[in-house]
Amino acid sequence: MPGAAMAAVAGQPVSGQTGFQLSVTPLMDEIESFYNNLLLWIIAAIVILVLVLLVVIMVRFNAKANPVPSKTSHNTLIEVVWTVVPILVLVVIAIPSFGILTDQETIPDGTRKYLGSSIYNFGSVDVPAPALTVKVTGSQWYWSYEYPDLKKHYDSNILNEADRQKLKPNEPRLLAVDNDLVVPVDTTVRVQVIGADVIHSFSVPSFGIKMDAVPGRLNETWFNARKTGIYYGQCSQLCGKDHAFMPIAVRVVTKDQYDTWSKALASGDVEKANATLPPLEAAS
Amino acid sequence: MANAYATHEDQSPEAHAPGHPTGWRRYLYSTNHKDIGTLYLIFAIIAGVIGSVLSGVMRMELQEPGIQIFHGLAAMIYGISDPAASIDAGKQLYLVFSTMHGLIMIFFMVMPALIGGFGNWFVPLMIGAPDMAFPRMNNISFWLLPAAFLLALISMFVPGPSETLRGAGGGWTIYPPLATSGTPGPSMDFVILSIHLAGVSSILGAINFITTILNMRAPGMTLHKMPLFPWAVLVTAFLLLLALPVLAGAITMELTDRNFGTTFYDPSGGGDPVLFQHLFWFFGHPEVYILILPGFGIVSQIVSTFSKKPIFGYMGMVYAMVAIGGVGFVVWAHHMYTTGLSLDVQRYFVAATMVIAVPTGVKVFSWLATMWGGSISFRPPMLWALGFIFLFTIGGVTGVVLANASADRALHDTYYVIAHFHYVLSLGAVFAVFAAWYYWYPKMFGYMYNETLATWHFWITFVGVNVIFFPQHFLGLAGMPRRYIDYPDAFAFWNRISSIGYYITFVGLLLFLYILWEAAHKKRKAADNPWGEGATTLEWTLSSPPPFHQFSTLPRIR
Repeated sequence: MPGAAMAAVAGQPVSGQTGFQLSVTPLMDEIESFYNNLLLWIIAAIVILVLVLLVVIMVRFNAKANPVPSKTSHNTLIEVVWTVVPILVLVVIAIPSFGILTDQETIPDGTRKYLGSSIYNFGSVDVPAPALTVKVTGSQWYWSYEYPDLKKHYDSNILNEADRQKLKPNEPRLLAVDNDLVVPVDTTVRVQVIGADVIHSFSVPSFGIKMDAVPGRLNETWFNARKTGIYYGQCSQLCGKDHAFMPIAVRVVTKDQYDTWSKALASGDVEKANATLPPLEAAS
Repeated sequence: MANAYATHEDQSPEAHAPGHPTGWRRYLYSTNHKDIGTLYLIFAIIAGVIGSVLSGVMRMELQEPGIQIFHGLAAMIYGISDPAASIDAGKQLYLVFSTMHGLIMIFFMVMPALIGGFGNWFVPLMIGAPDMAFPRMNNISFWLLPAAFLLALISMFVPGPSETLRGAGGGWTIYPPLATSGTPGPSMDFVILSIHLAGVSSILGAINFITTILNMRAPGMTLHKMPLFPWAVLVTAFLLLLALPVLAGAITMELTDRNFGTTFYDPSGGGDPVLFQHLFWFFGHPEVYILILPGFGIVSQIVSTFSKKPIFGYMGMVYAMVAIGGVGFVVWAHHMYTTGLSLDVQRYFVAATMVIAVPTGVKVFSWLATMWGGSISFRPPMLWALGFIFLFTIGGVTGVVLANASADRALHDTYYVIAHFHYVLSLGAVFAVFAAWYYWYPKMFGYMYNETLATWHFWITFVGVNVIFFPQHFLGLAGMPRRYIDYPDAFAFWNRISSIGYYITFVGLLLFLYILWEAAHKKRKAADNPWGEGATTLEWTLSSPPPFHQFSTLPRIR
C-alpha cells in the first residue's frame, strides 16, 4: 500500500485514495515517510503474523486433526522472546518518531537541519528561519487571519454552494472559502493559533500541521511550503453546529505575487489584495 | 483452572428462600447477583439497540455527501417548519446523535454488559462464592443506571446551544468551553448528571467486586489460582475506583462553571480549558481499559475451554492485565497531542504509551499459544473469541501508530482514530460481549440457542464491521475529520462502502434478536456443562441454570 497516495492531488483529498494527501512541506514528508515506509510495514507484518498463526492453529489443531490436546502451559524462553522482540520493534519505531516530533515542535532558526523524508538520518534538510508570522483565530464558525507585520486582519468564511459555483467554480464544495490565507512559497511561516470562543483546530494535511485553537492559549507551529497552489484543511476539533463548515484554505503564491498582495493588503483591504492574484488554475 | 469437586445442589431455581420476593419485587428489590446480572444484561441489550440505531442513522446520513436525513429528522422531532432552521437543527442533531452514541455504548452498553452483567453473574460462581459481598449495594448500583440513562435520553429533547438547537452535541468528551459557554441550555446539565449517576453506579459496583474477590474466594483458591475472568474484573474494578472520582471532580467543576459562576475552565477568569482535558483523560484512558479488560478475561476463558488446554502463561496473563491497568493511568495526554503540549511532555507520553503495546502483545501471543497444540472445536463462543483476537490485533497496531505524537499530528481527530477505537471497542469489546453471551447463555438461562444461527450471526457481523471500519482508515489518512455531518465529495467513495457495512452489521443485530426469541421459544434444555472437558471453572460444576443460592457448602480448591 505505500505509494497508494501517488494519485493524490496536492492540497485536497481525491476520491478513493488510501493514503495521505500529497506532501509539500518537510514536516509532512517526515510523517509520510514514517508512516508509509516504516509504520505501515511493521503493523502489516504484525497483523499478517497473527493471521497466519491463527490459520495454522485452525488447520493443525482443530478437534479433528488433533484429537488429543497437549498439556503445555509454560515455556519461559518463548515468553521472554515475545516480550523482548516487541520492545525492540518499538525502539525501531521510537527513534524516528522522536526525531520527527522534535522537528515538528522546533521552530526553525535557519541553522538547524530537519529530517525531511530521510527519517533515519540526523537531518539533511535546511529550513530558513521564519520570515512571516500569521496569527490564526478560530471562531464559531470561521477563521480569522492576522498579519501582525502588516497590522491587518481579515475573516475567512466558507462559500455557500451558490456563491462557490459563481465565484470559485473550480474549487471543491465545502473546502472553498471567500478569503484564503495567502503565504509566499519557500518561506518559513510561523503560525500562531488561538481560539476566540470554543476550541477549534487548525489543520492542513498537505503541510503536516494540526494545532488546536484554544481560548486563552497562544499555540505555535510552522510550515514551509515548496509548491505554489491551494491547500485545504478542515476544522479538527468539535466546535458546535457548523464544525463541518469552517474549512481552511491556504493559497501559496510566488514571492513576487505575495509582495504585491501584501502591499495591497497593507494599504487597503483583503478584497483589493485578492484582486492582485491571478485566477487559480484548475486542480492538476 | 483448578478443579473443584462438583457441588450439585438439589435446590431448583424456584426453590426460593422463605420470604423471598417474587414477581416484579424479585427484580426491583433484588439482592441476588444472578438476578441483578440478568437485569444488567437486559439493560445493556436495550441500550445497545438504541446506540446502534443512532449510529445507523449517522451512517445513512454519511452514505452520500450533503445533508439528506437529519434536517428532516430534526424537523419531525422538534416540530420545526422553517427549512433553514431545520437545517441548523439537523446539524446539531447529528452531533447529538454522535455524542449519545458514544455515551450510550460506553456507559450503558459495554460497561453494564461486561462488568455488571457477566461480572455479577460469573465472578461469584467462578470464585466459589454464594453471592456478592454487598448484595443491597449491588441492587442500587444497578438501579442507578436506568435513572442515568433516562437523564441522558431527556438531554436530547431540551435546549442545548440555544432555545431552538436542542440536545448536547459536545461529544462524549464534553470538552469546555463548548460544553460550558457553548451549550448554555439545560441539556448539558442533564448529560453531566447522567454521567455522575452512571459513575456512582460503577464506583459502588467496583467496591463490591473488589471486596467480593479479595474476601470471598472458596477455600484453597489463592489469587494465583483464580481464573482469568475474575482477575480481569478485579483489575477493572480498581481502575474504576481510581479513575471515576477524577471524572466526577472534572464534571462537577464543569457543572459549577456552567451554573454557579466559577471559572475552572474559563481563561477569562484564570481557568484553562485544557485542564478539563487532562482530568477527563486521566479518567478516559483507564476507561478504555475498563471497557476491554473484562473482554480479555472472557476471551481467555473461552480460548482455554474450546482448545481443551489450560491457559498458556497464566502468570504472564495476570500480570499483563495488571501492567496494562497500571500503565493505563500514566498515558492520558496521548489524547491531547495537538493541544499545544510542550515537546518534553509529548516525548514522555509517546514513550509511556508505546510501553502498553508490550503487555498487550503478551496477551495476544499467549492466546495463540494456548490454542497451539489444542484440540479446538469451533463452536459459536470460540468463533467470537477468535474474531476478537484478530480484530483486536488490528486495532492494537493502529494504536501503536497513534501513540506516536509525530504521526498523530496527521491523524488526530480524523476517521483513522474512529477506525482505531472501533476496532478495539466495537470489534473488540463487543465481540467479547457476544462471545460471553454465547458461552454462558446455556448456564445463565438453562436453554441452548441455535448454534447454526449463532455461527451465521458471527460471520455476518464479522464481515459487516470490517466493511464499516476498515475503509475509515483510508478516510482518516486522507484527512477526513471526525464528527462531520457533511464532507467534501472526494470522501464519498469510502463513506458509501462504510455505510453498506453498517447495513450488513444491522442484519446481524436483527439475527441476534431472532436468536434470543428462538432460544426462549424452543426451550432446548442445556446440559450443566455443554462445552465438555475443556470447561474447568466452577460455574460448570453447577446446574444450568444454577440454583438461586449456590455454594451453601463451599467448594474446596486443590
